[in-house]
Amino acid sequence: MTRRAAYEAQQKRRANMIAGVSTMIVLALVIVLVPLAPGWEAVRASFFNGEVFVRVFPDLLRAFMLDVAIFAWSVPMIFALGLAIALARGNANPALFPLRIFGAVYVDLFRGIPVVLLVYLVGFGIPGLGLPRPWNSPYIWGTVALVLTYSAYVAEVLRSGIESIHASQRNAAICLGLSERDTMRYVILPQAIRRVVPANMNMLVALQKDVALLSFIGPVEILRQAGIFKSLLANFTPYVAAAVIFLCVTVPATRYADYLLNKDRDARS
Amino acid sequence: MPDPRLSLRGVTKSFDDVQVLRGIDMDIAPGEMVCLIGASGSGKSTLLRCMNGLEPVDDGEVLLDGVDIAEPGFDLGPIRQRIGIVFQSFNLFPHMTAYDNVALAPRRVLGEEARERIEALFARFGLADHMRKYPDQLSGGQQQRVAVIRALAMRPQTMLLDEITSALDPELVGEVLDVLRRLRDDGMTMVLATHEMSFAREVADRVVFMDQGVVAEEGTPERIFSDPQRARTQQFLRSVAR
Repeated sequence: MTRRAAYEAQQKRRANMIAGVSTMIVLALVIVLVPLAPGWEAVRASFFNGEVFVRVFPDLLRAFMLDVAIFAWSVPMIFALGLAIALARGNANPALFPLRIFGAVYVDLFRGIPVVLLVYLVGFGIPGLGLPRPWNSPYIWGTVALVLTYSAYVAEVLRSGIESIHASQRNAAICLGLSERDTMRYVILPQAIRRVVPANMNMLVALQKDVALLSFIGPVEILRQAGIFKSLLANFTPYVAAAVIFLCVTVPATRYADYLLNKDRDARS
Repeated sequence: MPDPRLSLRGVTKSFDDVQVLRGIDMDIAPGEMVCLIGASGSGKSTLLRCMNGLEPVDDGEVLLDGVDIAEPGFDLGPIRQRIGIVFQSFNLFPHMTAYDNVALAPRRVLGEEARERIEALFARFGLADHMRKYPDQLSGGQQQRVAVIRALAMRPQTMLLDEITSALDPELVGEVLDVLRRLRDDGMTMVLATHEMSFAREVADRVVFMDQGVVAEEGTPERIFSDPQRARTQQFLRSVAR
């Protein structure tokens, strides 16, 4: 071992020890102090009831499958629409100027409205027109609300990706005689989409959580199922269980997004 | 002299307030190899980019086989296949293999797969083993050779080469210059902006010295390098000889 390596190893051991001790102290304080709070017993009984947790967990997991399904069928629509809007905003053809305006208005509008508000407006408003079954389904209109909001975000992310591709790439393609359309399709877009994968991963994590907002307009997905159990059992533990289930999905997904971001940054530096 | 392949008549070009080209007249004969030399900022790159319409000229004519391609509104699409251009920074498409970089334009523009022709080009320039690699797996010299092959695959009659060895490590310059020697031997019409004076002296039919957006002096390599007439030419050649 070189002198430098020995020194660094010693520094590292020291840092690890300090981190360990400091973490232990904080944990001990939490474990000792929190139960001393006057309301702790009541909170523990209504939020951290082990029996209730075990009883509701399988049903919540089943209800969560509905969240996953809504998520799964929304994602392709979000990306297709987001890409269309991004391209509409980027086109320079004067004949298609209305499309450009439409893209800009679309993004402003649906990025500017809180998701929950849009879920209410679309989810209750459109079926209120008296549409026949199955066109009054909250699944359809709830999905539409999510797709409208998230495609606006995805469009902006894709547009930033397209703009981040250096002009020299476009020049090289044009000079080979490629059309504008082929240049976008074969040269710019593949690079742009790759570059914004980490940003889109974060978007997907947010979407997975926002699917729970559809509970407000009817579908018995995990949040609504937890609410039903809460009323039934007069206990808040189902909400905690639902949170645990969400975390099991979102934490790995966020970590993966971070990993992709770091990899991308390392590759470019 | 046969009809020129490319003629410039009074070409001017400004970027914002800076006039980069101040009236360029030039004739390039078929099969001729012209080297543009001059300090950075003298207008060499801009001139090349005006020759294929990548930069629209402000005024003047660019005649390709007698047709003015600088006319505002002229459809440059079909023209671009006839003029290949290679850039200092390669500009390969990083998400495609070397082969796909070369095959994309023939496939999309000419509607031909051209596999044998492209493989022959790779083999000819010593890259047969690298066709399936991505640009970042290749050395700078290899990348630049792929960029030349990519332009050649469109079967251009004229090649514009914009300081294509300037971004390369010194030991990689030779392999790219070898490619140009072979193109010259094929009779390709070439306009080359370069800082490689000894190469220009060796291969050029004509050397054009540019200074502040005008052609300051031109002639055979022997005359320009051995007996420059203008004080500015003499000064430039002294400064690069060190």
